Amino acid sequence: MQTQSLTMPVNAPEEHAGHDAAATQALGFWIYLMSDLIVFSGLFATYVVMAHNYAGGPTGKELFHLPDALLETLLLLCGSAVFGLAMVAMHKGDKRLVLAGLAAAFLLGLGFLSMEASEFQHMIRAGAGPQRSGFLSAFFTLVGAHGLHVAFGMFWMVVMMVQMAAKGLTGPVQSRLMRLGMFWHFLDIVWIGLFSVVYLMGVL
Amino acid sequence: MNQTHRNNTGAGSGSFKSYATGFVLSIVLTGIPFILVMTGALSHSVMVFCIFAAAILQIIVQLHYFLHIDTSSAMYWNVVSLLFTFIIIFMFVGGSIWIMYSLHYRM
Repeated sequence: MQTQSLTMPVNAPEEHAGHDAAATQALGFWIYLMSDLIVFSGLFATYVVMAHNYAGGPTGKELFHLPDALLETLLLLCGSAVFGLAMVAMHKGDKRLVLAGLAAAFLLGLGFLSMEASEFQHMIRAGAGPQRSGFLSAFFTLVGAHGLHVAFGMFWMVVMMVQMAAKGLTGPVQSRLMRLGMFWHFLDIVWIGLFSVVYLMGVL
Repeated sequence: MNQTHRNNTGAGSGSFKSYATGFVLSIVLTGIPFILVMTGALSHSVMVFCIFAAAILQIIVQLHYFLHIDTSSAMYWNVVSLLFTFIIIFMFVGGSIWIMYSLHYRM
Protein backbone atom coordinates (compact mmCIF):
# COMPACT_ATOMS: atom_id res chain seq x y z
CA MET A 1 0.00 0.00 0.00
CA GLN A 2 2.80 2.31 0.99
CA THR A 3 4.71 1.56 -2.21
CA GLN A 4 1.63 1.90 -4.33
CA SER A 5 0.75 5.33 -2.96
CA LEU A 6 4.34 6.34 -3.59
CA THR A 7 4.59 5.07 -7.15
CA MET A 8 1.13 5.92 -8.40
CA PRO A 9 1.46 9.71 -8.33
CA VAL A 10 4.97 9.46 -9.75
CA ASN A 11 3.96 7.21 -12.67
CA ALA A 12 0.87 9.10 -13.74
CA PRO A 13 2.53 12.49 -14.39
CA GLU A 14 5.42 10.72 -16.07
CA GLU A 15 3.12 9.10 -18.60
CA HIS A 16 1.37 12.41 -19.07
CA ALA A 17 4.73 14.11 -19.61
CA GLY A 18 5.61 11.50 -22.26
CA HIS A 19 2.41 12.25 -24.11
CA ASP A 20 2.95 16.00 -23.86
CA ALA A 21 6.49 15.55 -25.13
CA ALA A 22 5.24 13.64 -28.20
CA ALA A 23 2.71 16.39 -28.95
CA THR A 24 5.32 19.13 -28.47
CA GLN A 25 7.80 17.26 -30.68
CA ALA A 26 5.13 16.88 -33.38
CA LEU A 27 4.44 20.63 -33.28
CA GLY A 28 8.17 21.42 -33.33
CA PHE A 29 8.61 19.13 -36.33
CA TRP A 30 5.63 20.78 -38.01
CA ILE A 31 7.32 24.18 -37.58
CA TYR A 32 10.49 22.73 -39.15
CA LEU A 33 8.33 21.55 -42.09
CA MET A 34 6.92 25.07 -42.43
CA SER A 35 10.45 26.52 -42.59
CA ASP A 36 11.34 23.89 -45.20
CA LEU A 37 8.25 25.01 -47.13
CA ILE A 38 9.68 28.55 -47.15
CA VAL A 39 12.95 27.17 -48.57
CA PHE A 40 10.95 25.46 -51.32
CA SER A 41 8.96 28.64 -51.97
CA GLY A 42 12.26 30.46 -52.58
CA LEU A 43 13.21 27.80 -55.13
CA PHE A 44 9.73 27.99 -56.69
CA ALA A 45 10.00 31.79 -56.94
CA THR A 46 13.39 31.43 -58.65
CA TYR A 47 12.01 28.84 -61.06
CA VAL A 48 8.94 30.89 -61.98
CA VAL A 49 11.12 33.96 -62.64
CA MET A 50 13.57 31.92 -64.77
CA ALA A 51 10.96 29.70 -66.44
CA HIS A 52 11.26 31.36 -69.88
CA ASN A 53 14.97 32.24 -69.83
CA TYR A 54 15.94 29.51 -72.31
CA ALA A 55 19.09 31.26 -73.66
CA GLY A 56 18.36 29.64 -77.02
CA GLY A 57 18.35 26.20 -75.39
CA PRO A 58 15.59 23.60 -75.15
CA THR A 59 12.21 24.54 -73.65
CA GLY A 60 10.08 22.60 -71.19
CA LYS A 61 7.80 21.56 -74.02
CA GLU A 62 10.70 19.79 -75.75
CA LEU A 63 12.19 18.26 -72.59
CA PHE A 64 9.32 17.12 -70.37
CA HIS A 65 7.57 13.82 -70.90
CA LEU A 66 4.17 14.00 -69.18
CA PRO A 67 3.47 10.23 -68.85
CA ASP A 68 6.74 9.92 -66.87
CA ALA A 69 5.77 12.86 -64.64
CA LEU A 70 2.35 11.24 -64.06
CA LEU A 71 3.96 7.92 -63.11
CA GLU A 72 6.36 9.70 -60.71
CA THR A 73 3.35 11.48 -59.16
CA LEU A 74 1.52 8.17 -58.68
CA LEU A 75 4.60 6.53 -57.10
CA LEU A 76 4.89 9.34 -54.53
CA LEU A 77 1.15 9.38 -53.88
CA CYS A 78 1.04 5.59 -53.32
CA GLY A 79 4.06 5.94 -51.01
CA SER A 80 2.25 8.59 -48.98
CA ALA A 81 -0.92 6.46 -48.71
CA VAL A 82 1.04 3.29 -47.83
CA PHE A 83 2.82 5.17 -45.05
CA GLY A 84 -0.59 6.26 -43.75
CA LEU A 85 -1.70 2.62 -43.64
CA ALA A 86 1.51 1.75 -41.77
CA MET A 87 0.49 4.37 -39.16
CA VAL A 88 -2.92 2.67 -38.82
CA ALA A 89 -1.12 -0.65 -38.28
CA MET A 90 1.16 1.04 -35.71
CA HIS A 91 -1.84 2.12 -33.63
CA LYS A 92 -3.01 -1.50 -33.68
CA GLY A 93 0.49 -2.58 -32.53
CA ASP A 94 1.09 -4.77 -35.61
CA LYS A 95 4.87 -4.52 -35.98
CA ARG A 96 5.17 -6.80 -39.03
CA LEU A 97 2.60 -4.75 -40.95
CA VAL A 98 4.38 -1.48 -40.04
CA LEU A 99 7.67 -2.95 -41.27
CA ALA A 100 6.00 -4.14 -44.49
CA GLY A 101 4.43 -0.70 -45.00
CA LEU A 102 7.74 1.08 -44.47
CA ALA A 103 9.50 -1.30 -46.87
CA ALA A 104 6.78 -0.68 -49.51
CA ALA A 105 7.03 3.11 -49.04
CA PHE A 106 10.83 2.80 -49.36
CA LEU A 107 10.54 0.87 -52.64
CA LEU A 108 8.01 3.36 -54.06
CA GLY A 109 10.41 6.18 -53.11
CA LEU A 110 13.23 4.27 -54.80
CA GLY A 111 11.10 3.92 -57.95
CA PHE A 112 10.43 7.66 -57.91
CA LEU A 113 14.10 8.55 -57.41
CA SER A 114 15.34 6.19 -60.14
CA MET A 115 12.84 7.67 -62.62
CA GLU A 116 14.02 11.16 -61.67
CA ALA A 117 17.68 10.15 -61.96
CA SER A 118 17.15 8.68 -65.43
CA GLU A 119 15.26 11.84 -66.47
CA PHE A 120 18.18 14.01 -65.28
CA GLN A 121 20.68 11.72 -67.02
CA HIS A 122 18.78 11.89 -70.34
CA MET A 123 18.59 15.67 -70.13
CA ILE A 124 22.29 16.11 -69.30
CA ARG A 125 23.29 13.68 -72.11
CA ALA A 126 21.15 15.66 -74.56
CA GLY A 127 23.07 18.82 -73.65
CA ALA A 128 20.29 20.17 -71.41
CA GLY A 129 22.25 20.16 -68.14
CA PRO A 130 21.95 22.80 -65.41
CA GLN A 131 24.63 24.98 -67.06
CA ARG A 132 22.69 25.29 -70.35
CA SER A 133 20.26 28.08 -69.38
CA GLY A 134 18.72 29.94 -66.44
CA PHE A 135 15.57 27.88 -66.90
CA LEU A 136 17.50 24.60 -66.59
CA SER A 137 19.59 25.81 -63.60
CA ALA A 138 16.37 26.65 -61.75
CA PHE A 139 14.75 23.37 -62.85
CA PHE A 140 17.61 21.18 -61.62
CA THR A 141 17.85 23.10 -58.33
CA LEU A 142 14.12 22.88 -57.56
CA VAL A 143 13.52 19.28 -58.65
CA GLY A 144 16.92 18.18 -57.27
CA ALA A 145 16.18 19.72 -53.85
CA HIS A 146 12.91 17.76 -53.69
CA GLY A 147 14.73 14.60 -54.80
CA LEU A 148 17.33 15.05 -52.05
CA HIS A 149 14.51 15.36 -49.50
CA VAL A 150 13.00 12.10 -50.80
CA ALA A 151 16.43 10.40 -50.54
CA PHE A 152 16.75 11.63 -46.94
CA GLY A 153 13.24 10.36 -46.14
CA MET A 154 14.22 6.92 -47.48
CA PHE A 155 17.40 6.92 -45.37
CA TRP A 156 15.25 7.79 -42.34
CA MET A 157 12.92 4.87 -43.20
CA VAL A 158 15.87 2.45 -43.13
CA VAL A 159 16.94 3.86 -39.74
CA MET A 160 13.40 3.41 -38.38
CA MET A 161 13.14 -0.16 -39.71
CA VAL A 162 16.39 -1.00 -37.88
CA GLN A 163 15.13 0.71 -34.70
CA MET A 164 11.83 -1.20 -34.88
CA ALA A 165 13.63 -4.49 -35.35
CA ALA A 166 15.99 -3.74 -32.44
CA LYS A 167 13.66 -2.03 -29.94
CA GLY A 168 10.12 -2.93 -31.05
CA LEU A 169 7.26 -0.43 -31.19
CA THR A 170 8.24 1.54 -28.06
CA GLY A 171 6.85 5.02 -27.31
CA PRO A 172 9.84 6.97 -28.68
CA VAL A 173 9.96 4.78 -31.82
CA GLN A 174 6.24 5.40 -32.46
CA SER A 175 6.71 9.14 -31.98
CA ARG A 176 9.62 9.14 -34.48
CA LEU A 177 7.56 7.13 -36.97
CA MET A 178 4.81 9.76 -36.73
CA ARG A 179 7.26 12.54 -37.53
CA LEU A 180 8.68 10.53 -40.44
CA GLY A 181 5.08 10.19 -41.67
CA MET A 182 4.59 13.96 -41.47
CA PHE A 183 7.82 14.41 -43.47
CA TRP A 184 6.72 11.90 -46.15
CA HIS A 185 3.23 13.43 -46.56
CA PHE A 186 4.84 16.89 -46.68
CA LEU A 187 7.10 15.83 -49.59
CA ASP A 188 4.05 14.61 -51.50
CA ILE A 189 2.36 18.00 -50.95
CA VAL A 190 5.46 19.84 -52.26
CA TRP A 191 5.38 17.54 -55.31
CA ILE A 192 1.79 18.67 -56.11
CA GLY A 193 3.13 22.22 -56.54
CA LEU A 194 6.08 20.86 -58.47
CA PHE A 195 4.22 18.82 -61.09
CA SER A 196 1.69 21.63 -61.55
CA VAL A 197 4.14 24.53 -61.86
CA VAL A 198 7.06 22.76 -63.56
CA TYR A 199 5.70 19.89 -65.67
CA LEU A 200 2.09 20.84 -66.51
CA MET A 201 2.73 24.58 -66.94
CA GLY A 202 6.01 23.79 -68.75
CA VAL A 203 4.30 21.67 -71.38
CA LEU A 204 1.29 23.94 -71.76
CA MET B 1 -5.99 9.56 -22.97
CA ASN B 2 -5.74 7.79 -26.28
CA GLN B 3 -8.14 10.25 -27.87
CA THR B 4 -6.15 13.32 -26.77
CA HIS B 5 -2.99 11.58 -27.88
CA ARG B 6 -4.46 11.06 -31.34
CA ASN B 7 -5.68 14.63 -31.60
CA ASN B 8 -2.35 16.12 -30.73
CA THR B 9 0.11 14.36 -32.94
CA GLY B 10 -0.68 15.16 -36.53
CA ALA B 11 0.30 12.48 -38.99
CA GLY B 12 -0.22 9.54 -36.65
CA SER B 13 -3.90 10.05 -36.12
CA GLY B 14 -5.66 8.73 -39.21
CA SER B 15 -8.03 5.84 -39.75
CA PHE B 16 -7.96 3.48 -42.73
CA LYS B 17 -10.99 5.29 -44.11
CA SER B 18 -9.36 8.75 -44.01
CA TYR B 19 -6.25 7.54 -45.88
CA ALA B 20 -8.38 5.69 -48.47
CA THR B 21 -10.59 8.77 -49.04
CA GLY B 22 -7.56 11.05 -49.33
CA PHE B 23 -5.88 8.63 -51.75
CA VAL B 24 -8.90 8.35 -54.09
CA LEU B 25 -9.51 12.12 -54.09
CA SER B 26 -5.80 12.77 -54.78
CA ILE B 27 -5.82 10.32 -57.72
CA VAL B 28 -8.84 12.12 -59.22
CA LEU B 29 -7.33 15.58 -58.64
CA THR B 30 -4.04 14.44 -60.23
CA GLY B 31 -5.77 12.77 -63.18
CA ILE B 32 -7.92 15.77 -64.16
CA PRO B 33 -5.11 18.29 -64.91
CA PHE B 34 -2.87 15.65 -66.55
CA ILE B 35 -5.67 14.49 -68.88
CA LEU B 36 -6.60 18.09 -69.72
CA VAL B 37 -3.01 19.03 -70.61
CA MET B 38 -2.31 15.76 -72.49
CA THR B 39 -5.44 16.04 -74.65
CA GLY B 40 -5.21 19.84 -74.98
CA ALA B 41 -8.99 19.96 -74.81
CA LEU B 42 -9.45 23.51 -73.51
CA SER B 43 -8.12 26.99 -74.21
CA HIS B 44 -4.84 28.05 -72.56
CA SER B 45 -6.27 30.28 -69.83
CA VAL B 46 -8.97 27.78 -68.82
CA MET B 47 -6.33 25.05 -68.53
CA VAL B 48 -4.09 27.25 -66.34
CA PHE B 49 -7.08 27.86 -64.09
CA CYS B 50 -7.89 24.11 -63.95
CA ILE B 51 -4.25 23.16 -63.15
CA PHE B 52 -4.07 25.55 -60.20
CA ALA B 53 -7.59 24.82 -58.95
CA ALA B 54 -6.85 21.06 -58.94
CA ALA B 55 -3.46 21.64 -57.24
CA ILE B 56 -4.93 23.81 -54.46
CA LEU B 57 -7.79 21.34 -53.91
CA GLN B 58 -5.35 18.41 -53.74
CA ILE B 59 -3.14 20.27 -51.24
CA ILE B 60 -6.21 20.86 -49.05
CA VAL B 61 -7.26 17.20 -49.42
CA GLN B 62 -3.81 15.93 -48.39
CA LEU B 63 -3.51 18.39 -45.49
CA HIS B 64 -6.89 17.19 -44.23
CA TYR B 65 -6.83 13.42 -44.89
CA PHE B 66 -3.08 12.66 -44.63
CA LEU B 67 -1.77 15.26 -42.15
CA HIS B 68 -5.12 15.67 -40.30
CA ILE B 69 -4.93 19.45 -40.11
CA ASP B 70 -8.32 20.72 -38.95
CA THR B 71 -9.82 23.49 -36.84
CA SER B 72 -9.77 21.55 -33.55
CA SER B 73 -8.10 23.25 -30.59
CA ALA B 74 -5.29 20.66 -30.58
CA MET B 75 -4.34 21.75 -34.11
CA TYR B 76 -4.50 25.49 -33.31
CA TRP B 77 -0.76 26.19 -33.48
CA ASN B 78 -0.28 23.96 -36.52
CA VAL B 79 -2.93 25.95 -38.38
CA VAL B 80 -1.56 29.32 -37.19
CA SER B 81 1.99 28.45 -38.32
CA LEU B 82 0.62 27.13 -41.64
CA LEU B 83 -1.31 30.36 -42.30
CA PHE B 84 1.74 32.43 -41.33
CA THR B 85 3.84 30.37 -43.78
CA PHE B 86 1.25 30.94 -46.53
CA ILE B 87 1.51 34.72 -45.96
CA ILE B 88 5.32 34.55 -46.25
CA ILE B 89 5.08 32.39 -49.40
CA PHE B 90 2.53 34.76 -50.92
CA MET B 91 4.85 37.75 -50.34
CA PHE B 92 7.94 35.80 -51.43
CA VAL B 93 6.63 34.22 -54.64
CA GLY B 94 4.10 36.91 -55.52
CA GLY B 95 6.61 39.71 -54.88
CA SER B 96 9.31 38.02 -56.99
CA ILE B 97 6.93 37.52 -59.91
CA TRP B 98 5.63 41.09 -59.66
CA ILE B 99 9.08 42.70 -59.54
CA MET B 100 10.58 40.58 -62.32
CA TYR B 101 7.54 41.00 -64.58
CA SER B 102 7.75 44.74 -64.07
CA LEU B 103 11.48 44.64 -64.83
CA HIS B 104 10.93 42.71 -68.09
CA TYR B 105 8.17 45.14 -69.04
CA ARG B 106 10.34 48.22 -68.51
CA MET B 107 13.51 46.94 -70.19
